[in-house]
Amino acid sequence: MVADLVFYLFAAVTVAAALGVITSRNQVHSVLFLILAFFTTAGLFVLLKAEFLAALLVIVYMGAVAVLFLFVVMMLDVDFESLRAGVKEHLPMGLFVGAVILAEFAFILSGVHVDEAVQTNAANIPNTQLIGQVLYTKYLFPFEIASLVLLVALIGAVVLTLRKRKDAKRQHIPSQIARTRDEAVELVKVAPGQGA
Amino acid sequence: MPENLKQLLVTIHGFGEGLLGPTLWVLAWTVIKIVILLAPVLFMVTYITLAERKIIGFMQVRYGPNRVGIWGILQPLADAAKLIFKELLLPEKADRTVFFLAPALTLVPALIAWAVIPFAPGLVLADINIGILYILAVSSLGVYGIIMAGWGSNNRFSFLGGLRSAAQMVSYEVSMGFTLIPVVLLSGSLNLTDVVNAQKGMWFVIPLLPMFVVYFISVVAETNRAPFDLPEAEAELVAGFITEYSAMSSGLFFMGEYANMILVSFMGSILFLGGWLPPLEILSFIPGVIWLGIKAAFLLFVFLWIRATFPRYRYDQLMRLGWKVFLPISLLWIFVTGLGVLLFGKA
Repeated sequence: MVADLVFYLFAAVTVAAALGVITSRNQVHSVLFLILAFFTTAGLFVLLKAEFLAALLVIVYMGAVAVLFLFVVMMLDVDFESLRAGVKEHLPMGLFVGAVILAEFAFILSGVHVDEAVQTNAANIPNTQLIGQVLYTKYLFPFEIASLVLLVALIGAVVLTLRKRKDAKRQHIPSQIARTRDEAVELVKVAPGQGA
Repeated sequence: MPENLKQLLVTIHGFGEGLLGPTLWVLAWTVIKIVILLAPVLFMVTYITLAERKIIGFMQVRYGPNRVGIWGILQPLADAAKLIFKELLLPEKADRTVFFLAPALTLVPALIAWAVIPFAPGLVLADINIGILYILAVSSLGVYGIIMAGWGSNNRFSFLGGLRSAAQMVSYEVSMGFTLIPVVLLSGSLNLTDVVNAQKGMWFVIPLLPMFVVYFISVVAETNRAPFDLPEAEAELVAGFITEYSAMSSGLFFMGEYANMILVSFMGSILFLGGWLPPLEILSFIPGVIWLGIKAAFLLFVFLWIRATFPRYRYDQLMRLGWKVFLPISLLWIFVTGLGVLLFGKA
């Protein structure tokens, strides 16, 4: 009974926060609502006894992705009135994308595919261990492909942002440490009245 | 647990169930346990402020607070009374909700993380299988309070302080997270009680000494303490993200900072210094809670010692240290530890 109540609380807050993301006028509030939605979703995962997924959701999405998101949104000066102007033109496209996603959800949920090995062991093995076991044996290939895709994205991000600026002053630590007294200090004898 | 104590617990449970019924009593008993856990934490938070001023005073050859009570023992209470009764100010153009939510969001993660800390065998509020991940998850939430305070104050100094702090915490969380992986590899579990039990033969600080050093420096940066207290660098940014806060709302930020400091000291003792285990088997007549307290107190002392000793880092040096020094070291040590576990087996 208590679990049901907690579920409805989390679910209601998730839906309300998700509505807040698309309706709030201030973009920073939108991101904050998104973070709240992540948090309550993690709560729902805990109720499903998927603690590992819940922890990952909080660490990856709330701890890293959303922080950087918030960073960018705070620094950019997005003019929301101009974005709002085109709402009517973009509405059909948006509805179409929404419908496709909804259809995909329905498709997945109608034929739920649960790994039998996972299902039978779920009660006895901690789910961190269970995910590890399936991920590194049965699904090793898709897992490796996914990590390759991530690696490409990582390198892409570095390549896109890396540029050498000539006027930037850089600190070169090894050469600072390797400096000796002979290079740095010059003793000169200046005759009285001759110094600059 | 002694027999009469068990008897007492049974009596309390019986009385509670009679009073509230089984379902409500479970909730009430959880609340009671949370209060029993958090009261000492908040007491420590209050008194670490006095310890800090006394210890730094001692290191700088002065007395520190000595007017309120003998040896200034009541100073924290006087400070708390002052903070509570001061006027709460709201800047005119600040974002009201975000502004007042921020201090609470700093303190709450620092307190809920205590749920998984084991103080002695079996003496833990929530003995969950993903304890280390839970700590990482909760500690990654602390940054929101600071970034929201920076933005919500509508003040440039606050905003710059908030951004600095967010970048710093995200960076050092990476290296802190990586230092925990060798610990997990050696103990083969994410449960903190198992981690301590795996250290029976040898504390993890011995095989993982470089990781312990990286962990400690990272958490000093993560908790925004000197010499990495750039978000509140008073010479550049007034008081950083706390600039616009007054009275208890700024007090909550400080409580969050100190609660985090105490938390990471306990974590350091549990992960690397053997938790409640005594250093020698002969000394096991002293209860485990006291051993854990001594270890954590030592780490806290080092926190204060560092603050009294080192000058503040420059921001680019801070970033360089996190990404270019600590990250490669901890990545390398993960592989070394993995190889060690493969060759010699777990601890």
